[in-house]
Amino acid sequence: MHLTPDEIILWKCGVFKINATIAYTWTLMFVLAAGAKLITCRLSHEMARTRWQNFLEIVVTLILKQIKDVGLRHPRFYLSFLGTLFLFVATASLCTVFPFYKPPTSSLSTTAALALCVFVAVPLFGIRRQGLLRYLASYMEPTFIMLPFNLISEVSRTLALAIRLFGNMMSGEMIVGILLTITPFIFPVVMTVLGLLTGMVQAYIFTVLAAVYIAAATQIHRPKHKPEPPNPILKPATP
Amino acid sequence: MDSTTTIAVVSIVLAGITTAFGSIAPAMSEGKSVATALTSLAQQPDASATITRTLFVGLAMIESIAIYCFVISMILLFANPFWNHVIAQTAGK
Repeated sequence: MHLTPDEIILWKCGVFKINATIAYTWTLMFVLAAGAKLITCRLSHEMARTRWQNFLEIVVTLILKQIKDVGLRHPRFYLSFLGTLFLFVATASLCTVFPFYKPPTSSLSTTAALALCVFVAVPLFGIRRQGLLRYLASYMEPTFIMLPFNLISEVSRTLALAIRLFGNMMSGEMIVGILLTITPFIFPVVMTVLGLLTGMVQAYIFTVLAAVYIAAATQIHRPKHKPEPPNPILKPATP
Repeated sequence: MDSTTTIAVVSIVLAGITTAFGSIAPAMSEGKSVATALTSLAQQPDASATITRTLFVGLAMIESIAIYCFVISMILLFANPFWNHVIAQTAGK
């Protein structure tokens, strides 16, 4: 039983190896990029639209709305980064319906790379919004004693992002693999369906957490005594 | 009992204990959060969208603690560094 798809080596030439993770990552990237290019090369402003354009518009509007709900002021600016993260992780877990496919996110190297992207992007967005000095000053937020704790939390939340995604995807694969040896008829199918749901939830959580971190870094600190935000429960609920 | 057997026994037993004990706290907290969410859903059915979304995110965050323990068990069982070390030493002899 393979713990990660890193151990499945498809092609080898000297020191260069192509394992299943690399192959599936590039396949997914190619499919996503080529699909987006194909769909967006014939966009229409009229009422008559192709199905694929409608689908893409739904996806983009949904991601924009979620980013806005998290509290980022200009969601379109962050759409390219957060949307790409979401689409990649979601497609990687949705494609598990194909046989012989291993999600590249069930390898720790992929998830670590994604988490490192977030780790680098958060300070970049923060510096862009606040300026270097004010961003660095935000590490000493309540008092300067909190500086090491803020630094530790920066690293540990990156680690948690990577391990969470890896653990969830890997455990889904693992449970199906173990169940196939015990009850090989119906039950693995149920667990695969559950794995699809977990994959979507994890993709959502990865994106939302990245958005929350970016929102925390780009928030400009105002003087205290600001008016209380309106109670979200009293807001008219959207159907 | 030589060192290889000791390492194998300790790894297998600890892998079970890690997942077993590591799932207690997440299980209880997940139950508590679902119960609270159901109570607030009954009180405020209008806010169901917000409550459900927050509940799902919270559940996944809580669940990830159990998943960390599961990852450690899987490492102990399938990618144990001590086991690999002992095997490499025995092969070198």
